[in-house]
Amino acid sequence: MNQLDFPILSLMMGLPMLAAIICLFLNAQAARWLALVTTLVLFGLGVVLWANYDIGGPQWQYVERSDLFGNFAWALGIDGISMMLIMLTVFLMPICIGASWESIQTRVGEYMAAFLFMEVLMIGVFAAQDIFLFYILFEAGLIPMYLIIGIWGGANRIYASYKFFLYTLLGSVVMLIAMLWMVQDAGTSDIPTLLNYDFAPEAQTWLWLAFFASFAVKMPMWPVHTWLPDAHVQAPTAGSVILAGVLLKMGGYGFLRFSLPMFPEASEQFIWLVFGLSMVAVVYTSLVALVQQDMKKLIAYSSVAHMAIVTLGLFAFNRQGIEGAVVVMLSHGLVSGALFLCVGVIYDRLHTREIDRYGGLAINMPKYAILFMLFTMASIGLPGTSGFVGEFLSLVGLYKVNSWVTLVATTGIILGAGYMLYLYRRVAFGELVHEDVKAMPDLSAREMALLAPIAAAVMWMGVYPESFMAPIRGDVGALVARIDRAAPEGDAHLKMGEAKAVTQDEVHGEAH
Amino acid sequence: MDIGNSLYLVAPEVFLTVSSLILLLIAAWGGEKSARLVTILSAAALFGASILLMVLAHMPEFKGGVYAFDCQYSMDAFGSSAKFLIYIAAIVSLMIAPRFFQAGGKYRPEYPVLILFACVGMGMMVSATDMMTLYIGLELNSLSAYVLASFIRTDVRSSEAGLKYFVLGALASGMLLFGISLVYGFAGSTSFAVIGETLSGDLSTGPLIGLVLVLSGLAFKISAVPFHMWTPDVYEGAPTPVSTFFASAPKVAAVALTARVIIEAFGGQTSAWQQIIIFVALASIILGAVAAIGQQNIKRLLAYSSINNVGFLLIGLAAGTPEGISAMMFYLAIYVAMTLGSFICVLEMRDKDGRPLESLSSLAGLSQTRPGLAAAFAVFMFSLAGIPPLFGFWGKFLVFDAAVAAGMLPLAVIGIAASVIGAFYYIKVVKIIYFDDPSGEIVATGHKTENGLIALMALFVSPLGYLAIPFMAPITNAAAASLF
Repeated sequence: MNQLDFPILSLMMGLPMLAAIICLFLNAQAARWLALVTTLVLFGLGVVLWANYDIGGPQWQYVERSDLFGNFAWALGIDGISMMLIMLTVFLMPICIGASWESIQTRVGEYMAAFLFMEVLMIGVFAAQDIFLFYILFEAGLIPMYLIIGIWGGANRIYASYKFFLYTLLGSVVMLIAMLWMVQDAGTSDIPTLLNYDFAPEAQTWLWLAFFASFAVKMPMWPVHTWLPDAHVQAPTAGSVILAGVLLKMGGYGFLRFSLPMFPEASEQFIWLVFGLSMVAVVYTSLVALVQQDMKKLIAYSSVAHMAIVTLGLFAFNRQGIEGAVVVMLSHGLVSGALFLCVGVIYDRLHTREIDRYGGLAINMPKYAILFMLFTMASIGLPGTSGFVGEFLSLVGLYKVNSWVTLVATTGIILGAGYMLYLYRRVAFGELVHEDVKAMPDLSAREMALLAPIAAAVMWMGVYPESFMAPIRGDVGALVARIDRAAPEGDAHLKMGEAKAVTQDEVHGEAH
Repeated sequence: MDIGNSLYLVAPEVFLTVSSLILLLIAAWGGEKSARLVTILSAAALFGASILLMVLAHMPEFKGGVYAFDCQYSMDAFGSSAKFLIYIAAIVSLMIAPRFFQAGGKYRPEYPVLILFACVGMGMMVSATDMMTLYIGLELNSLSAYVLASFIRTDVRSSEAGLKYFVLGALASGMLLFGISLVYGFAGSTSFAVIGETLSGDLSTGPLIGLVLVLSGLAFKISAVPFHMWTPDVYEGAPTPVSTFFASAPKVAAVALTARVIIEAFGGQTSAWQQIIIFVALASIILGAVAAIGQQNIKRLLAYSSINNVGFLLIGLAAGTPEGISAMMFYLAIYVAMTLGSFICVLEMRDKDGRPLESLSSLAGLSQTRPGLAAAFAVFMFSLAGIPPLFGFWGKFLVFDAAVAAGMLPLAVIGIAASVIGAFYYIKVVKIIYFDDPSGEIVATGHKTENGLIALMALFVSPLGYLAIPFMAPITNAAAASLF
């Protein structure tokens, strides 16, 4: 079975499922507590998962499998990358529940049930070892997210929920056809087997495009990112946190788990497409973020820019790039989640996300200002925070492949500093001109308890990233070895300069 | 094969025929008072027929399927599994009827009797291996259906539905009959097996026209585009329990019948029928999706949804492989559960005075007044849209899998992309139920039988349904294998 002798992954999916069903029948307060306790227990299980993970051991751990469904199996198992993403999920979930503690007052039981169901699906997506199981869990996320945005969202929630649902559905359905074809060609739906199956290069092109359609929307990449700002702005705070923190990572995870190792040749063939779209995304969405008046929209656009760094790193085909991309995913999950929480904190007080309505918060909300500053810096990628590690590694990896793309991508960091600092200045600095803003109290104990753990994790990842990189090192190595045969040649051909030939005369002359 | 043995093989039909004749007598003498008794006895008769069916299907000597009455009728796994679905759908249609009709006036015992006659007809349809059996079965079913559609004869819409159904149905029967006669003229026989042998190689224009006409007649019965026009009107006008019945049992019968005709009679003419089926499938999917968007009446919406689903069913048939037929049968089973479930939900839409409500807007905010019903409705809608993890996804998965295995990638890609259009109106219904403010039109308490049935269907369609795959897959595989 596995190192723990019990199916911990199934337990981690079964527990929240059960709690979700019970939540439907509970009153508001009981549902809140049940959801909080469940997510905390899951976080505990996540820690057990990490503590018992055998770094350097077999690639797939905690493997379990039962052929329940005929055509596909209930097959779970994780490698280091999956484990880190599951950790991210179980870490953010209690925070999401906490963030909704007071701001959600209507239909609390259903709300908590939707979140717990989301958690089941997110853990399942990262742990699935059967390609059809993956698809089912990947797609199923649409239903709870549609309800979360539509029921508890802002004023324009209906439009946002439709757009979210249809965009992501359209992206994914073609991937299903590709999966059906792959399974018929390879004769198995087992992901570890498929990872080492060589599809014919001509077929890879089409399969890659089908998968790309899905993951590019999920990621989201320019120009199919437009659902994201709408969804973020309209979703309740916790919905935004989970959307930015985990759901976007599914796109990156998909590239990492499917596109790259299963279709290495096609990935190389379409590298121009990925690089091109990502370059546009980095520059364009950063510029768009600069002119936003709505805080959530600004952070949403910054997410698109950060995700573009992830795709650039992934398609660098080398260790630095891919490791960097994974770290950016983890870091962005924490930082953007925290930023949405920060927005949520002041939104709960003033009920507006308009940047101009704030100002001078550093005066009356010093604790808030400090934490917000930390996350702003982490988003910019200041050394010492998690943002720096990932972005630096991604860009190093990318530089090995294409220095021009790296040049453009790096401007994203500068622009990122631009829009984040501009946001921070407008919100936190300056004079307290608005009377209602002056009356806003500083962070409550609950809000502190939500933001402090993220702050700690962000610093930890920034100062000692080894904790997070050790588990993924072996898996990235395996991935790099797998795709190495298709790796593009870098554009920088470094050569050792030849020493100038020393003539007899000079030698002679020196002697004098 | 002697006549006794043949009668033995058609035991379910014989049993149902005798029961319905007896019940007809009871109804004639007992009048309206006997309505409830006749309904219960009819359900019991269908139940008995299902048991007979299972006993026959499990007899080892009939495993591979046997012909009765000189190859006019076949007792095989395909027919049995289709009949089983038909009987279940008919039993459900019987269970929900009394309360509906009593609320609107009088409940008459003709309803269960007509359903039984329709079931006899449908049983013959799915087991027919001869054009004559096919036609008789089809007409027996259709005639009962015409009467059922106009069952509330004082209601204008109901009478209109019946008339419309009758006129268009007669037209379709005419086309079918003309097609059959052409095929008979060229093949020299009405038996599927003989037609299949005779019409091999290149098809000349005569039998080709025959094939097209036969398929047109059948397309009418399964309400596939371009012969779908009657469906929304009839589903809307007919009393809701009758619409429930129309959307489930006859659909199973007609789809299964179409599959049998195509595989057994025209199996050698793949190139001839395949393009027709592909066109009809895609047209149904797309039209069913697009036309539903503007609907304000939930029954019309469900009618378009059934057109849409027929398109997906036909993708399995278009593949023309045993996997395709097996996928189609599996999809049918799920489709029946989803359709029955959503129509019973519609049945639950009543105002304070017990009058049925049908507009989409009356569903607004249902999740706050009737959370259970709302959840079930949402489950059916998401499932009809084919969103995992609901079981409706599995039906689509199987038909697309079969299409991909048969190398029909463009069909699969277009079909699945068009399913996204359909998703729009399904999630619109969910939006109305969950996001809108309560309209308070729908009465807050449900009915025991209906709630129980809804819960049952919702459980089957929920992710728990996946656990049924290992049990159902061998049955549908055996059903498909018996055609080839």
